[in-house]
Amino acid sequence: MSFRFTQTAIDTESARRELQDLGSGGYVSFEGWVRDQNEGQEVTRLEYEAFQELAVKEGDRVVAEALRRFPVKHALCIHRVGSLDLGDMAVWVGVSSAHRGEAFDACRYIIDEVKHRLPIWKKEHYRSGNSGWVNCERCAVEPQHSHAEHRQRAAK
Amino acid sequence: MTLQPIYGLILAGGASKRMQRDKAALKIQGKTQLDRAFELLSRYLQRVFVSVRADQTSDPTRAHLPLIVDSVEGAGPIAGIRSALAAHPEVAWLVLACDLPFVSDAAIEELLRRRDPSALATAYKSAHDGLPEPLCAIWEPAAAPPLAEYQAAGGHCPRKFLIRHGAPLIDPPDPRALDNVNTPEEYSQAVAALETLAPMQLKIQYYALMREQAGRSEETLETAAATPADLYSELAARYGFTLSREQLKVAVNSEFSDWSRKLAANDAVVFIPPVAGG
Repeated sequence: MSFRFTQTAIDTESARRELQDLGSGGYVSFEGWVRDQNEGQEVTRLEYEAFQELAVKEGDRVVAEALRRFPVKHALCIHRVGSLDLGDMAVWVGVSSAHRGEAFDACRYIIDEVKHRLPIWKKEHYRSGNSGWVNCERCAVEPQHSHAEHRQRAAK
Repeated sequence: MTLQPIYGLILAGGASKRMQRDKAALKIQGKTQLDRAFELLSRYLQRVFVSVRADQTSDPTRAHLPLIVDSVEGAGPIAGIRSALAAHPEVAWLVLACDLPFVSDAAIEELLRRRDPSALATAYKSAHDGLPEPLCAIWEPAAAPPLAEYQAAGGHCPRKFLIRHGAPLIDPPDPRALDNVNTPEEYSQAVAALETLAPMQLKIQYYALMREQAGRSEETLETAAATPADLYSELAARYGFTLSREQLKVAVNSEFSDWSRKLAANDAVVFIPPVAGG
């Protein structure tokens, strides 16, 4: 199992142990945290929701792709769902590898693809009392945006 | 350039030689082909008319609908299209033959979306021969003079007219969408094929914005929708979804799917709004 969801805080210590391997000379991880502002609005908390059955399949495919593309030993991604506070960890990616270069590359590949491809949604609650589904509310007003364009913008 | 509004025109004047019956009156799913086509276009267009010859105005299959009687010389579809362009010269016409029982809501929506108002017409490309399908097409007001010239020069085939003028062609959402029904055998096959489509149970799950707008996280419903595209049209009309289909992906049975996949009974469908993981 290379991708999974959790309802509770991500236990990075035990996740890191899953990647340990005597053939690995290094380990790279990425943590995504809940930030206090987005696009000029003050964020107070977040809710993550996922279509878990498909997201786990797609997440496993992303990790398998990373293992094929880069010569790394092990990779794992854990995504949190439910209600999160500022500073909470929303996602964790870890990669172990013989050498550091490919570990950084694989870690970057996994987080980028996970953000773009997995059916996971984020609702932001703002200081103003408003709330909104990220990437959904604005494109309902400006219907010319497509998935592909979100991807390009996010990649900038 | 101001965009002309679009009216609908159902062509139902054909002699049906091979069918040996009036094709407009053939029943599919309990309704005449003419009524089905009229209801389909009426879901999208403010005004819809049926094209008829002068001797058909009191025919019981047609008389209850708004009619445009051929006003120009000559017969065939070009006379019907020209008569409509003459009756309301300020609008474009979505022309639909009544003997295309597989034309779906998704096919009409796609045609409206892809309309090129700067061309003489926007038509579907036949999945069989790659040629324009003039009888599921949008004809612009500017087509009236060249159509008159073409007919005056002895032309009678709207398909050849569109080829000659290089009309923009779009691919149908489903390769079968434009299959027409010309013989008694094709009619009974169409009846059988459409019976199996209608209606079946599907399970729909809603997430995030879709869940909030539908007011539920899942439902089981009876639908005649043949594809996820048709199903989304049906549910968007019911729940007022703010996202257009182009902004979504769709999953069937927990795997990403094409919008044109043929749905089967008990399929589980999820519409996927723009994602924001991480």
